[in-house]
Amino acid sequence: MIKENSEVILSVRNLHATVEGTPILKGMNFEVKAGEIHAIMGRNGSGKSTFSKVLAGHPDYEVTDGEIIYHGENILDLEPDERALKGLFLAFQYPLEIPGVSNLDFLRVAYNSKRKAQGKEELDAFDFEDLVEEKLNIVKMEASFLERSLNEGFSGGEKKRNEILQMALLEPSLAILDETDSGLDIDALKIVAQGVNQLATPENATVMITHYQRLLNYVEPDYVHVMQGGQIIKSGGKELALELESRGYEFLEEQAIASEVTA
Amino acid sequence: MTATSVKTLVNQPYKYGFITDIEADTIPRGLSEDVIRLISAKKNEPDFMLEFRLKAYRQWLKMTEPDWAHVGYPPIDFQNIIYYSAPKKDENKEKLNSLDEVDPTLLETFEKLGIPLSEQKRLGNVAVDAIFDSVSVATTFKEKLAEEGVIFCSISEAIQEHPELVKKYLGSVVPPGDNFFAALNSAVFSDGSFVYIPKGVTCPMELSTYFRMNNGETGQFERTLIVAEERASVSYLEGCTAPMYDTNQLHAAIVELVALDDADIKYSTVQNWFAGDEEGKGGIYNFVTKRGLCKGKNAKISWTQVETGSAITWKYPSCVLVGDNSVGEFYSIALTNNKQQADTGTKMVHIGKNTRSTIISKGISAGKSSNSYRGLVKVGPKAQGARNYSQCDSMLIGDTAEANTFPYIQVENNTGNVEHEASTSKIGEDQLFYFAQRGINTEDAISMLISGFCKEVYNQLPMEFAAEADKLMSLKLEGTVG
Repeated sequence: MIKENSEVILSVRNLHATVEGTPILKGMNFEVKAGEIHAIMGRNGSGKSTFSKVLAGHPDYEVTDGEIIYHGENILDLEPDERALKGLFLAFQYPLEIPGVSNLDFLRVAYNSKRKAQGKEELDAFDFEDLVEEKLNIVKMEASFLERSLNEGFSGGEKKRNEILQMALLEPSLAILDETDSGLDIDALKIVAQGVNQLATPENATVMITHYQRLLNYVEPDYVHVMQGGQIIKSGGKELALELESRGYEFLEEQAIASEVTA
Repeated sequence: MTATSVKTLVNQPYKYGFITDIEADTIPRGLSEDVIRLISAKKNEPDFMLEFRLKAYRQWLKMTEPDWAHVGYPPIDFQNIIYYSAPKKDENKEKLNSLDEVDPTLLETFEKLGIPLSEQKRLGNVAVDAIFDSVSVATTFKEKLAEEGVIFCSISEAIQEHPELVKKYLGSVVPPGDNFFAALNSAVFSDGSFVYIPKGVTCPMELSTYFRMNNGETGQFERTLIVAEERASVSYLEGCTAPMYDTNQLHAAIVELVALDDADIKYSTVQNWFAGDEEGKGGIYNFVTKRGLCKGKNAKISWTQVETGSAITWKYPSCVLVGDNSVGEFYSIALTNNKQQADTGTKMVHIGKNTRSTIISKGISAGKSSNSYRGLVKVGPKAQGARNYSQCDSMLIGDTAEANTFPYIQVENNTGNVEHEASTSKIGEDQLFYFAQRGINTEDAISMLISGFCKEVYNQLPMEFAAEADKLMSLKLEGTVG
């Protein structure tokens, strides 16, 4: 939903980042306003996943230049949990399995950390259970999921739905979905997509990082960006994704080389 | 996490490290037959006890210190240890008649440790024997327990009041010559707890001993003996702390458990002796022999230990399953940080028919520590249908800690069934990042991960102590991941 004058939630300027000294991001520029849904596409190794981790503050990545302005504040010096508490959410490509920690406990501690950060009273176990059961419907999960250890023995689809459940509870201002569609069968994909659509509001924004057009059939993006070599090389509307689907990434790469030559 | 916050958290002080300033009756350092005679005389012991001690001492002289454990430390100078130290008593009073006569400084010490002994403040359903250096200071709820025929007192008192029981059972599970440290303990032990549960009695409350080492140069050699007669049942818990000194102190204890037909003994330990500083300076050498004998049929002995302190831990609470259908259990959490070393585990010796044992061991190693599980499962030739299940899980925090598993399995009966499972995992940056991304800070994340890892063992602890143990673990691990 593109609206003029809506608030800029995220503004990334000339972002450079390295992992173990190897440059991955080489001058990312990217802006997201409230109410928008963006898709970032690109081949393996183009820097898409790195971009999502750098936004969330993963300690393996070092930002060497540029800035990340989130709700008007440079968040580069903030710890990952501080960024999360400000409403920046990353749905993981590979959610981790945590034996012994029940899904319900994890969700409650996460939810209450956010309440505490907002100066609100924490919810007790009973009230929280009522709340979470309501949210389960969004991703069509059974209550029995809550008693299991976090992601342990979950199928690929269950893990991804669990990520969306967390998102539903934490109501982020900016949700970044890293390859949320990968490893999903068509039914799970639909459930996840419905969840994402349901959670998108005029106040928040969603960034989907994906390989394929497939997810975009169910969650319609306002903007599509293509990453290559640690930069966005082309941005457009949803038709760009369709073009990529039919022509592959090569045509963009040829265009990029051509423009570099003429420049 | 920033470097400074890691540092502050790592340097989290040991909160039990204070020293009580109290006048003590201390004998000169060193060990000889004269010293043993002196200890025995100070305690006004009957002859059989002096004989027991001297025999043990003579055996000890012929023994050598064991070196097979995966721990390293400089040689101990046994002549440089003080073998007896007790808070000075009022010369005019032979014996304390009530708690009101206990030195208030001592009561304050235990209160500071969270173990109030006075009538008004004591824990509701837990009877406590409080031991300060070499002697028992006070035992609560004694009269109430006596109504049920339960004897709960210091071992010194038991030697005076119930010599026949002591004579019968002392050394019956851990003989004086069992091992080097057991022989030393048998020669010089100063105090400890004694529990006797008569036939058919279920002990009406939790029993607990709290050990406090105060004197910097004293070794602590306590001795605990628990006897459960037929169909008796008891749950017992020990806790321990010591002040921070930069020298090492020796703690060589013996615990003996005897369970007769259909008896049930549950023994839990939360050990938090001073562990030394980050550089490995100071701390307690915890060299302990604990063994339970399931003497009767259908008897059950269950050990649960949460080991978080001590510079070096060397202990293997074991079960000797003699009675047919008897059951042995060992649930353990051993946590090491900084330069701590632990070599701990159990022995399950199946002698009777259809004996069963379970071993659940959780090792957590952080800092530059070394944590080894060592366990023996032995099925004797007559142990038809014996079964054992062992599970040993290790968790590493950071890149500089060490975890080892040394299982020994000896089966001499082909109807026996022994299963062993082991796993090693690591708290890594990715797990912590996942928690952080959901707004959960590192400290909370680690404590959730550790609680999850230890859950099966916490479930075995008495309720009040499970929460305490969980808190203690989190405190010990604060700042271990940066």
